[in-house]
Amino acid sequence: MVKSTTKDAQDLFHSLRSAYVATPTNLKIIDLYVCFAVFTALIQVAYMALVGSFPFNSFLSGVLSCIGTAVLAVCLRIQVNKENKEFKDLAPERAFADFVLCNLVLHLVIINFLG
Amino acid sequence: MGGKSEPAKSESMATTTTSPDLINSSFFSFKSLKLKTKQQELLLRISILGLVYILAFIARLFSVLRYESMIHEFDPYFNYRTTLFLTEKGFYEFWNWFDSESWYPLGRIIGGTLYPGLMVTAALIYWALRFLRFFVHIREVCVLTAPFFASNTTLVAYFFGKEIWDTGAGLVAAVLIAICPGYISRSVAGSYDNEAVAIFALLLTFYLFVKAVNTGSLAWALASAFGYFYMVSAWGGYVFIINLVPLYVLVLLITGRYSMRLYIAYNCMYILGMLLAMQIRFVGFQHVQSGEHMGAMGVFLLMQVFYFLDWVKYQLNDTKLFQTFLRITVTSAIMVGGIALGLGTASGYISPWTGRFYSLLDPTYAKDHIPIIASVSEHQPTAWSSFMFDYHILLFLFPAGLYFCFKRLSDATIFIVMYGLTSLYFAGVMVRLILVATPAVCLISAIAVSATVKNLTSLLRTKQKVSQTGSTKGAGSSKASSKVTLDQSQPFQKNGAIALLVGVFYLLSRYAIHCTWVTSEAYSSPSIVLAARGAHGNRILFDDYREAYYWLRQNTPTDAKIMSWWDYGYQITAMGNRTVIVDNNTWNNTHIATVGRAMSSNEDEAYEIMRSLDVNYVLVVFGGVTGYSSDDINKFLWMVRIGGGVYPVIKEPEYLVNGEFRVDKGASPKMLNCLMYKLCYYRFGELTTEYGKPPGYDRARGVEIGNKDIKLEHLEEAYTTSNWIVRIYRVKPPTNRL
Repeated sequence: MVKSTTKDAQDLFHSLRSAYVATPTNLKIIDLYVCFAVFTALIQVAYMALVGSFPFNSFLSGVLSCIGTAVLAVCLRIQVNKENKEFKDLAPERAFADFVLCNLVLHLVIINFLG
Repeated sequence: MGGKSEPAKSESMATTTTSPDLINSSFFSFKSLKLKTKQQELLLRISILGLVYILAFIARLFSVLRYESMIHEFDPYFNYRTTLFLTEKGFYEFWNWFDSESWYPLGRIIGGTLYPGLMVTAALIYWALRFLRFFVHIREVCVLTAPFFASNTTLVAYFFGKEIWDTGAGLVAAVLIAICPGYISRSVAGSYDNEAVAIFALLLTFYLFVKAVNTGSLAWALASAFGYFYMVSAWGGYVFIINLVPLYVLVLLITGRYSMRLYIAYNCMYILGMLLAMQIRFVGFQHVQSGEHMGAMGVFLLMQVFYFLDWVKYQLNDTKLFQTFLRITVTSAIMVGGIALGLGTASGYISPWTGRFYSLLDPTYAKDHIPIIASVSEHQPTAWSSFMFDYHILLFLFPAGLYFCFKRLSDATIFIVMYGLTSLYFAGVMVRLILVATPAVCLISAIAVSATVKNLTSLLRTKQKVSQTGSTKGAGSSKASSKVTLDQSQPFQKNGAIALLVGVFYLLSRYAIHCTWVTSEAYSSPSIVLAARGAHGNRILFDDYREAYYWLRQNTPTDAKIMSWWDYGYQITAMGNRTVIVDNNTWNNTHIATVGRAMSSNEDEAYEIMRSLDVNYVLVVFGGVTGYSSDDINKFLWMVRIGGGVYPVIKEPEYLVNGEFRVDKGASPKMLNCLMYKLCYYRFGELTTEYGKPPGYDRARGVEIGNKDIKLEHLEEAYTTSNWIVRIYRVKPPTNRL
């Protein structure tokens, strides 16, 4: 049972890897950005676990800015991905403009909330 | 009255005008005809919306015309006072305001404990008007804010209806919500309360979110986040949005309607909306710490899991491998989520549902544990008569609309069905929440009306077309050009359709009559000025409240402290400009219980409590002379219950006789000697109130009072208004010790 599960996991991992190599470069860049944002959020949470969460609004604004940019980047990826049927008549420039606008609002609120 | 129902009919007639025979017969003028029709339709729509906008505004002006332009009720006086402060001192002072004039000696951090949306909106309108050199007083702006936003709500209802169904439903929705009594009750001119802008913000947020889900655009999701921010700044009822939207997303996920558009709409709105909402000090960190907001976070995490699974499924083309992966991921995600929630709730980090909202899920909770919530009359369960009063024909149009929504299920109709059902459930639990259900009921009923009228009129048009070509009813079904095929066995369909249409118009006109009558009779009273009919049918006004507050303002020292029951606190600070002990904010139950204890004790004990609170004046409301039934004697048992909830020395059964509340000779001795009784009935025993009854006859209770010979030792009467409704007493300083 365990052996088949590990074999399944290895198969999974290999097929995922081979499928991922085929994605276009611009999507890979966005994926890298998302991973970076989530990684930064995790570092902040670890730091909070070490030193405590005293200015809680600062902690929240830091973590939420990372999660927010990650989520917005994922939305951009969805809209820009040529294989998504629903968004095939959405210009990528429009998607990027929406992305920039939302990020602007996000960071303005973060700066206000940072304290 | 009938005018607004006609446009729905001619609107759908206009859309079916481009029928084949007209095109065939006037081929040369086809293009110009089509253009004209479209322009006609646009003109018709804009003029209907304009008329509805004006109608919504003027239907709410009854009290301004009958009495004067003043603020009604109790809570609006606090809002008015804070708006006045905002326009005088500016936003920074307002945001950091600590008020020492209420809740003496504790004070109240107003800047951090109010929802600023309403005040900022009114102040912005005021400053805009001043910029255009219209120098109006802020009170006029405050009085007319609610009707103005009600008009704006009708516009949002039109767009929402257009999004869910079509323009016809949008127009009918706008008309229905313009005069629906459920909404008018809390948005009449003078009712300067949070709900005035909150319902507009609620409907706007829902419309923008449904638009975002339908289009999948980030821009619309951002707009809905801003709509949510406006709602959070306006009213504590935003908790309804932050729970309904995740519930809706969950229902879509369960019914297999997960899509990328949903992902984009919900995530953008949740993150940005949560961040914006936390800028309001009163809300603070509740979005990550309170149990009421955890549903939204849970659904957010669930969406990430769904997206991830979708992506993995797309990458792998092997279903077997994917199934195992799916099983592992889903079980681990649920386990992790469950453990986190359990840990959070057990350790107390995630606070449980507050009493106000918990009593919606368990209606019996407040009565047993929190008497102050149970005592508010707006929090009582709704009777059927209230539903009929506030909704009229919409009550049976609502199930009809639900039927149409289920026939044509889409993301948008699922939303409106969920909104309608959940809000109706809550409206059944608490009378005040009929207001929240009103937009949903109006929209769904509009769908029913619009779809029915459209079917009937297209039936009429088809019949006319068949009779024009001169064929008998036998040829009607074979014509491929007709949009509606006729049933051969029903020869009187045209007559039936006309009869049904006449019936629909009759219903809608009765609805309009009912709404106008209800607005005029029931929902346009300012509560601070009472009216009655005299012996000859003339109208008599009782302006005692304002008389008393202005007496306080002009005849007491500026640092005087007034003790009264919490209902009148806001009005005393706003109009009397004096410090009060407790007011309508009811944030400190012990302080209110102390006042309740003072009112229920005998004069000596009450004097001790009043000295400890530095009270200079006591204000009571008494309806025995005029027959006014919302006075302090009728509220007295709540004072006893709330006082007894904190101080066990006050026991409710001691004030009752055989479980009955009496003020006549048979009343309990504790009742006859308590401070409230003495202050209300002081010198009342000498007054003859009604012809043929003995002196001291209490018209509100309908009995002759028990203790007529009242002597006050530590207080003296300072002022009684002309109809004895408000009575003010001065607390005497302690006698000199010799």
